Amino acid sequence: MAIPIVYNLRSMRARWLTAVAAVLGIAGTVGVFVAMLALAHGFKATLVNSGSPENVLIRRAGSSAELDGSVSLDQVQAVENEPGVAREGGKPLVSPEAVMIAGFNLKETGTNANVQIRGVSPIVLKVRPNVKMIAGRFFEPGLAELVIGKNVTSTYEGLELGKTIAFGGQTWTVVGVFDAGGSAFDSEVWADSHVLNQVYKRPENLYQSATVRLASKGDFNSFKDAVTADPKLTVQVDHEVEYYARQSQVLTQLITILGGLVVLIMGVGAVIGALNTMYALVSERSREIATMRAIGFPATSIVLSFLFEALVIAFIGGLIGCLCVLRLNGYTTGTMNMQTFSHMAFAFQITPILLVTGVLFALLMGLIGGVPPAIRAARRPIAVALREL
Amino acid sequence: MKYLPLIFANLRRKKLRTVLTIGSFAVAVFLFGFLAIIHGAFGGNLDVIGVDRLMVINKVSIIQPLPLSYKSQIERIPGVKYVTAQTWFGGIYQDPKNFFASFAVDPDTQRLVFPELAVTDEEWKAFLDDREGAIVGARTAKRFGWKVGDRIPLQAPIYGGTWEFNIRGIYNNPKDGVDLTQFWLHDKYLDERRDFGKGQIGWYTVSLSSPDDATRIIKVIDDQFANSPFETKTETLAAMTASWVKQAGNIEFLILAIGGVVFFTLLLVTGNTMALSVRERMAELAVMKAVGFSNRFVLLIVLAESLVIAVIGGTIGILLAKLMTLGGDPTGGILYSFILPVSAMLLGLVAALAIGMMAGIIPATNAMRLRVVDALRRA
Repeated sequence: MAIPIVYNLRSMRARWLTAVAAVLGIAGTVGVFVAMLALAHGFKATLVNSGSPENVLIRRAGSSAELDGSVSLDQVQAVENEPGVAREGGKPLVSPEAVMIAGFNLKETGTNANVQIRGVSPIVLKVRPNVKMIAGRFFEPGLAELVIGKNVTSTYEGLELGKTIAFGGQTWTVVGVFDAGGSAFDSEVWADSHVLNQVYKRPENLYQSATVRLASKGDFNSFKDAVTADPKLTVQVDHEVEYYARQSQVLTQLITILGGLVVLIMGVGAVIGALNTMYALVSERSREIATMRAIGFPATSIVLSFLFEALVIAFIGGLIGCLCVLRLNGYTTGTMNMQTFSHMAFAFQITPILLVTGVLFALLMGLIGGVPPAIRAARRPIAVALREL
Repeated sequence: MKYLPLIFANLRRKKLRTVLTIGSFAVAVFLFGFLAIIHGAFGGNLDVIGVDRLMVINKVSIIQPLPLSYKSQIERIPGVKYVTAQTWFGGIYQDPKNFFASFAVDPDTQRLVFPELAVTDEEWKAFLDDREGAIVGARTAKRFGWKVGDRIPLQAPIYGGTWEFNIRGIYNNPKDGVDLTQFWLHDKYLDERRDFGKGQIGWYTVSLSSPDDATRIIKVIDDQFANSPFETKTETLAAMTASWVKQAGNIEFLILAIGGVVFFTLLLVTGNTMALSVRERMAELAVMKAVGFSNRFVLLIVLAESLVIAVIGGTIGILLAKLMTLGGDPTGGILYSFILPVSAMLLGLVAALAIGMMAGIIPATNAMRLRVVDALRRA
């Protein structure tokens, strides 16, 4: 025989302050939990989105990141003739790229940050169709012109459409803004690779990497085999997606471990809070419980009733926590990626799965906090509890 | 003081509740300590660097090199004590995830500019005598179990190939917050083996006779190399490190936000528990007042109970946090330091006391205002 749910709801209303305290304790924990997950998820997604499944990244064998790679023009030309490379109008879709870093001040703090400057081929928009111009125009090959990612103007000082800026001993004009769909490129500044190599006094025909677009995803293995077999080429061939996923490893690991510990500590705190609240409710209500037992409700009904109450409190707490954090969705922040040596903007990403995980986490805390008090409630001898009053 | 037994008797009345409340205090203060550790790890411990050293980098960015010839030019500037050059090596031990900073140093001046990274004379001499020798920080040595005399292979993505080094010494400093993770190799060994960038270095660190000269010397250095192919940017080492850290993101805000949430939650939970226990003891408190204890006494005894809980819980929490730092960095060495300074421990205790005070004040005031007649009749 079940105790009516109305009983729980009314009793919660009667002791609302206690219930509110427990609800907020769980809400706070769930909020932090979801925010941490959203941060790690957003960071990873930003880098993973940077790669396209059809694209392949070519670097010198043994280099760990683009910045310390080197690929010569001869090698690029050899790669262009391998099977599987996509072509448009007979031209192979390959972008040899020179990657640099320049210091700009962060708008938020006024302190210096490393911004990635990427020298690209004029056909780069065909190689990376996920990048689209949203304002201005693309740079003219051979001119000192820049196109910037959509996060650049808001994050760094001095990089604005139509303005000029000096770095590397050259005055550049910002002529366009591109949208790279929330990927790491949105924090980058792009220029003609020939111009960039000249300005930085680097060998003219040397690049850090080459991005190759394949005719189809399935061509990867045959392409890779052909490149590996070519004695002229001592390069490393990677799926672009995998390359960028690896770039996110260290920071994702950092956020997950530190965030996980914070959430674990807060979770223990919230469970203690829930236990305390439920025990207090049980002891305040011993008269009611004993009465219910006396009129014939079995012990299991009492346990279920209290458990239900704990779960309702946890569920409401979980919902509130998720709702509060939802406002963070899309909030852009920046960080230094230790693996690429450069600063990158990224946004919190809250997905439905994260929200469900948050609510489940709340219910778990409710369960741990609710079971022992519920059992204690059911175990009390009826006669003693009634006589106490 | 003579009422202490009364307070403890009250706390023993509902043992489980007392234990749980102390537990939630301990958890909150532990979390506070943990956040303080993270804050320090992301560069809060900058004060150990001091302000009497400057860092000179290429104006374009730190990854662009500077010519070696600048060293003697900087040394000639009045007020400059020592100049040492370092060059990023970027060695990888087994897996890129095992990150630590590795760079080539100038053995003649390294110890003069960085005296706090202490190496014994004996080990330093062994390093000088071995071109493939290396000095490593105590934390990194411990992380990988390296000992003096070990031969360590590092991959060098920048320069190519695998390089082998003999560990000739381990630098250490018992003071909290000193970076004990670096790996140093001979600049001559680097220059000998690399096939580009010979005669160039990564950056200079300059120690000054007096920190008051910093602003002037920064200007002298940068003016001297202005309009050359290698323009410089000079800042104090502390400022350079701070801007490096700021790139990691707004850690402070994150910490304050979480801390605020926890603080508020704890206040509610504890305040609520205190209110419950006062409500249960209404009759008792009324009796105390009836037999002549003053209003103020009742207020204080309830408040004291809350404070005792706060102190016990806070102490447990902060000791747990300290214990955790002794266990080492949970991320396996990504963090630059993992320590809990004494000031943060004290702050944690003060915060616990403040929460105890705030949580106790409302129930205590209620107890003080209790009308004896009402309370006795209700019971």
